Amino acid sequence: MIEFFENTWTNLTNIFNAMLEGGPITLGVFLGYTFTILLGMSVGAWIVKRALLLATSGRRRHNLGLIPVTAYFGMLTIATYIFVAVFADILAPYPETDTSGGSFEMWSAQHILGTDNRGGDMLSRLIYGARNTVGLAFVITFLAFIIGGVLGLLAATLGGFLDQAMSRVVDVLMSIPPLIFSLLLLTIFGTSVLNLILVIAILDSTRVYRLARAVSMNVVVMDFVEAARLRGEGLWWVISREILPNITAPLIAEFGLRFCFVFLTISALSFLGLGLQPPTADWGSMVKENADLINYADPTPLLPALAIALLTVAVNFVVDWMLHRSSGLKD
Amino acid sequence: MAPTNEILLRIRGLRIEGRAGHVWNEIVHGVDLDLHKGEVLGLIGESGAGKSTIGLAAMGFTRDGCRISGGSVEFDGVDLTKSSEGYRRQLRGKRIAYVAQSAAASFNPAHKLIDQYTEMPVEHGVLTKREAEQEAVTLYRQLQLPNPEEIGFRYPHQVSGGQLQRAMTAMAMSCHPDLIIFDEPTTALDVTTQIEVLSAIRDAVAQYGTAAIYITHDLAVVAQMADRVLVLLKGDPVEEAPTREMLSHPKEDYTKSLWAVREFRTEPKPAPAPDAVPAVRVANVTAAYGPITVLRNVTFDIHTGRTVAVVGESGSGKSTTARCITGLLPPVEGLIEIEGQVMPGDYRSRTKNQLRQAQMIYQMADTALNPRQRIRDIIGRPIEFYLGLKGKKKEERIRALLDEIELEPDAYIDRLPSELSGGQKQRIGIARALAAEPSFIICDEVTSALDQLVAEGILRLLDKIQKEFNLAYMFITHDLATVRSIADEVVVMKEGLVVEQGPKEEMFTPPHHAYTDLLLSSVPEMDPDWLDHLLEERRAKGISP
Repeated sequence: MIEFFENTWTNLTNIFNAMLEGGPITLGVFLGYTFTILLGMSVGAWIVKRALLLATSGRRRHNLGLIPVTAYFGMLTIATYIFVAVFADILAPYPETDTSGGSFEMWSAQHILGTDNRGGDMLSRLIYGARNTVGLAFVITFLAFIIGGVLGLLAATLGGFLDQAMSRVVDVLMSIPPLIFSLLLLTIFGTSVLNLILVIAILDSTRVYRLARAVSMNVVVMDFVEAARLRGEGLWWVISREILPNITAPLIAEFGLRFCFVFLTISALSFLGLGLQPPTADWGSMVKENADLINYADPTPLLPALAIALLTVAVNFVVDWMLHRSSGLKD
Repeated sequence: MAPTNEILLRIRGLRIEGRAGHVWNEIVHGVDLDLHKGEVLGLIGESGAGKSTIGLAAMGFTRDGCRISGGSVEFDGVDLTKSSEGYRRQLRGKRIAYVAQSAAASFNPAHKLIDQYTEMPVEHGVLTKREAEQEAVTLYRQLQLPNPEEIGFRYPHQVSGGQLQRAMTAMAMSCHPDLIIFDEPTTALDVTTQIEVLSAIRDAVAQYGTAAIYITHDLAVVAQMADRVLVLLKGDPVEEAPTREMLSHPKEDYTKSLWAVREFRTEPKPAPAPDAVPAVRVANVTAAYGPITVLRNVTFDIHTGRTVAVVGESGSGKSTTARCITGLLPPVEGLIEIEGQVMPGDYRSRTKNQLRQAQMIYQMADTALNPRQRIRDIIGRPIEFYLGLKGKKKEERIRALLDEIELEPDAYIDRLPSELSGGQKQRIGIARALAAEPSFIICDEVTSALDQLVAEGILRLLDKIQKEFNLAYMFITHDLATVRSIADEVVVMKEGLVVEQGPKEEMFTPPHHAYTDLLLSSVPEMDPDWLDHLLEERRAKGISP
């Protein structure tokens, strides 16, 4: 055990020293890239905010002014990701499944960010990864919200036996650690994309159910809901017109957070070999496949991790702002 | 102890600003105030008048988002606006104490009353914990709390609201402060409980010679408590005078209008024909929440075009009766008839037309209107739902209803509830009920959350609408002044039973049922000697106050 730690420690110090002294790509270069991206995004966010403020006036300008720069940063980053995902075919220099390069090539003119273990162009795979991983995460989160949201609203509105039954089922599902549970389910049902979507969506919908039910409970007891019921309104009206508009803010905020978690779950599963399978590009598996390069002080495998981190931070910035707004706090 | 000439608190040109977004707005515009040792000053005004803000400023304190922008607050010769926070903290609790409106929300539910009592004197080093506990018992006894030796060892939820308010007053007096600020200490209490608290506070304050600022919107209460009264309006002082002088000769128009509020009386209506079918008949209704019976054999009629006021303390079954009528709580026994037709007990079994006939106006307009719907949709939905009107016809009807409730249609139709004042929200609630074209409306404490002037406007509006549409009202209230102004008949309830019922004139003329008598005599009157006389009378009769 102690030996293991000692070895790890020696390895880590070696890698760090190699990076500082200049391996294939120095740590300085890597940090430089990272810093440039962050700075660019921040300055971009600031410019967008200024430009919007100049272009608008009156009440709208006032409202735009209240949005913090961090939220602009988040929205700009997300917009960039979406742009990259949509135009992946045009932006990527090589096709997704192309393996024409040698494995683990260094950063060069042909392969700006080098190549991966199978000779695929790292930049192209990063770009396609945006489409696959982000798209998949979005679909799963959306599905989780449809399932969890609808059931949670029903449970809160109808109450009684239905509420008890569903809540207990959710309790059972939540009592099993989600990553282990999904590993188990994926091993049983096989690792197709559809299974991946369904398993993560259903497991995540339990969290959405809990939130939707809890916030709806607070609205259901309001007099205006009683008034609607006494008017003779049906279940659909009560849910969609009286309750849902009053819980959208926390649900949207949760959507952002859930999106990040789903994203990390997919990456984790891919890293463990149960998520998206090569040759489909996925950031999680890209970290895993190229992890060996770390031993040679090459920070390339950190790039997909960086892509994940940046998006997570961006989404959280936007969510923070939305939560702040919906909580009605001023400054 | 009579007020002395020594000045304890001197406020000069006090200005306080509140923040909305990034802008500071002045909410108190230069108030002067002198308080002598042992004197009780009443601060009255509507909500938003700055009463509480000034009360807190007397401790050199402002709420979050407020700041003192000018003037001075001199307590015992030291200007609190210029003193250090440490100095002010030394004063608070020890020499200046504060009693909040809701004792239930101000006590820490996790600690026993006596532990919360002793915290202050021990913290300030005035007494040891043992001494403080002994004093607590003395004060509890003085404030007429039952079982003074034991009550301190209970948790806040184990005592009643009135007792909690007195325990809070005891706590405020624990360090024998020179000044206590009472912020509407009896507003949340029933009239019968209010008497106990008022007399307890008054005796305790008089005995220790404590000066007090008594904040309230109830003129009759201030008449009992204060030596001097300061009337405020939107952060400006309006008038200041000794209580008796102020009551008998108010000078300013605004003060006069405050005094006149309680004079509104609906015109007496002719008695209904003996064979008339009542708009609503509650016949021998017994209802229960699970195993607990909350209504026993309740029977009364409400005739078309008339108002029945249902009065009683909280927990007497007033609102439960309303829930039975609307079908939210199906009765265990008995019948609900509307226009001679027997209603199914559960609202879900009622037809659309049956639901339309009985409408409801709620106490808290804030929670009764969906904050995400515009006025157009709030009023428009019942029109479309019950009457099937759409498009232009619906729009016309909405506008007609807004005219009816005296709100300019063009200005209000597209607003959200958050863009309205409390009184305006309540008017929208009325319009929503009217939109269904009902024959009967339940008004559940509709004026109790409103200022007196606004409440009077609502009562006048309800009266006007009743005449115009020949509506039957069930008026649930604990405020007997409201009963006097609007009711035709009165039903008195206690512990789920109807104690007494009859026409208003009869109910307000003796002889009464003992409980009705207690209820009626507990309503504060403007006469400054009312409380003294009442207590004397009750002592003579051998009833505890």
